[in-house]
Amino acid sequence: MEFYLQLVISGLVLGSIYALVALGFAIIFKSTSVVNFAQGELMMFGAYFCYSMVVQYKVPWFWAFLMTLVFSVILALIVERLILRPMIGEPVISIIMVTIGLSSVLRSIVTAIWGTQIQVYDPPLFPPTDVNIMGLPTSQVYLWSFGLSAVLLALFALFFKYSKAGVAMRATAFSNQVALSMGIPVKNIFALAWCIASVVSAIGGILIGSINGINVQLGHFGLKVFPAVILGGLDSIPGAALGGLIVGVLENLSDGVLKSVFGLQGIKEVAPFVFLVIILMIKPYGLFGKKEIERV
Amino acid sequence: MSVSHCGDFKETYRDDMKVFQTPFVRVAVGLFVLLLYTTPLFSSNYVTSTMTTIAIAVIGALGINIVTGFTGQISLGQGAFMGVGAFSCSYFMRVAHLPFWVAMPAAGLTAAAIGMIFGLPSARLKGLYLAIATLAAQFILQYVFMHLDAVTGGSNGIPSPPPEIGSFAFDGDRSKYYLTLTMAIGAVAFTTNLLRSRNGRAFIAVRDHHLSAEIMGVNLFKYRLISFSVSAFYAGIAGSLWGVYTGYISAEHFMIDESIKYLAMIIIGGLGSVIGSILGAIFMTLLPQALTVGTGALASIFPKIGFLIMSFKDGVFGIIIILFLIFEPDGLAHRWRMIKAYWKLYPFSY
Repeated sequence: MEFYLQLVISGLVLGSIYALVALGFAIIFKSTSVVNFAQGELMMFGAYFCYSMVVQYKVPWFWAFLMTLVFSVILALIVERLILRPMIGEPVISIIMVTIGLSSVLRSIVTAIWGTQIQVYDPPLFPPTDVNIMGLPTSQVYLWSFGLSAVLLALFALFFKYSKAGVAMRATAFSNQVALSMGIPVKNIFALAWCIASVVSAIGGILIGSINGINVQLGHFGLKVFPAVILGGLDSIPGAALGGLIVGVLENLSDGVLKSVFGLQGIKEVAPFVFLVIILMIKPYGLFGKKEIERV
Repeated sequence: MSVSHCGDFKETYRDDMKVFQTPFVRVAVGLFVLLLYTTPLFSSNYVTSTMTTIAIAVIGALGINIVTGFTGQISLGQGAFMGVGAFSCSYFMRVAHLPFWVAMPAAGLTAAAIGMIFGLPSARLKGLYLAIATLAAQFILQYVFMHLDAVTGGSNGIPSPPPEIGSFAFDGDRSKYYLTLTMAIGAVAFTTNLLRSRNGRAFIAVRDHHLSAEIMGVNLFKYRLISFSVSAFYAGIAGSLWGVYTGYISAEHFMIDESIKYLAMIIIGGLGSVIGSILGAIFMTLLPQALTVGTGALASIFPKIGFLIMSFKDGVFGIIIILFLIFEPDGLAHRWRMIKAYWKLYPFSY
């Protein structure tokens, strides 16, 4: 029993990070209708930049964290301006391909600068000692990651509901043309969406990096977010959060169960994709997604 | 001497649909095929083997162009379906002792069947969902390749026996080249004709406007599924040939990079164009070789930045995809048409 509880807890932590990255994905899809295959690479870039600051340049964590956020905003602006903006109005397939191309460019830049070995944050972001929750020893990284993700998700929910920029983003998501005629600078909103997505992904990258260490495989994590967003409904922000948590827990549980019962190794890597196919079969518009997806 | 018209003067649909528009084209294509068949007689083994990989890539690229270029559905699993083809072909030959000529189509059908499992849920939905479903297929199949030891040999890989006719085995560079070249030419001919058929026109109708297509009586679900399984079939054939070419197949060759490479081929070559698939396949096969030579030369001049250049090799694919999408969205096929149009009216280009 304790084994499964442990699995659920680490699943929730993993899921909360999925939720963060999925949030970034959903924001981009909602306001710019771009399916971003480079989400994982944005995350990886943030994680590596922070690593450079903390380990190589010995910047204190607080400042390193802030600098990473600024850096990911700049990265997002460059990417949006140079690559995504010329593609506005192009067919979906070209836009998807452009993000795939972008992901391989970002990945190779990371490899060129930081190499392919696993790196760890030293000093760690959170103290390495365990705390007890319901009699289970749980590492502080887990607690902090879960807490930070929850706070960020709540903050963004409020941002979209009440702030002027958030309302403008929702209007843009609803219809670009109407938003334009209401005087909303749609191009700036697109840039803002990319910035937010890049920032939350970078935070997700730092969190996952302080749990597992960072390497080029982090880009794969960004692809594993697809099940979460599909489950939540592609364009729904609460859906992304809930989908992330569910997929995280399911992934960990199925991994644990299949490993202990059938001795199958490495199910963790594919379990989310199996869910993805099942979700597409039974509930393709997800839990909270718009149901107006064209079914044929 | 055949003279081509400077305008469009066709009077019947039959004229318009002809594969060879003028006798000159027929002769030129014939000569080109002849050239392809005679090249290995005087070229080095390296050139022959490169041309073999190009021929395999042409088959795979044609497959993905049918689903992505003509039907407008994105497939991110071409690499994995090639893997299904390669492993099942080898399995049929080693375990079921089928001759290659039965095993290869069977492998194609296996790839099509497995593709259909993943295509079924998403063929009902917008194009974007097939992209995500095939991405899932890619990762699930990768896992299967690595863990289904009995069929795929796990991470070690498995040998792929050469095909035989009587006592003649296709195990030399030249014979493998002739085999794949013949298959590639067959694939090109089949695709060209497929696109002139009712099925092909239905694919294009689905791509251009699915609502109009449905009103015209095209069953969207059916044609999306057909085009996707035909594409997976091509991938299966290309995979079997890849097995023959290398003689030993391992899962590492069928990872997501391979799928992206095939998508890049048709984007660079030109979506929805047979000649584009061929040009793209040539470009993407020669590019890594040119890059290896180029980076090798640069690295010997500047040893310090050697590592930097080496690790950026993969990124070059990405940059090329992005540049093509932004500056030349119709691909090399468009360039090809421009060149043809230029020479057609030369020197009076007005």
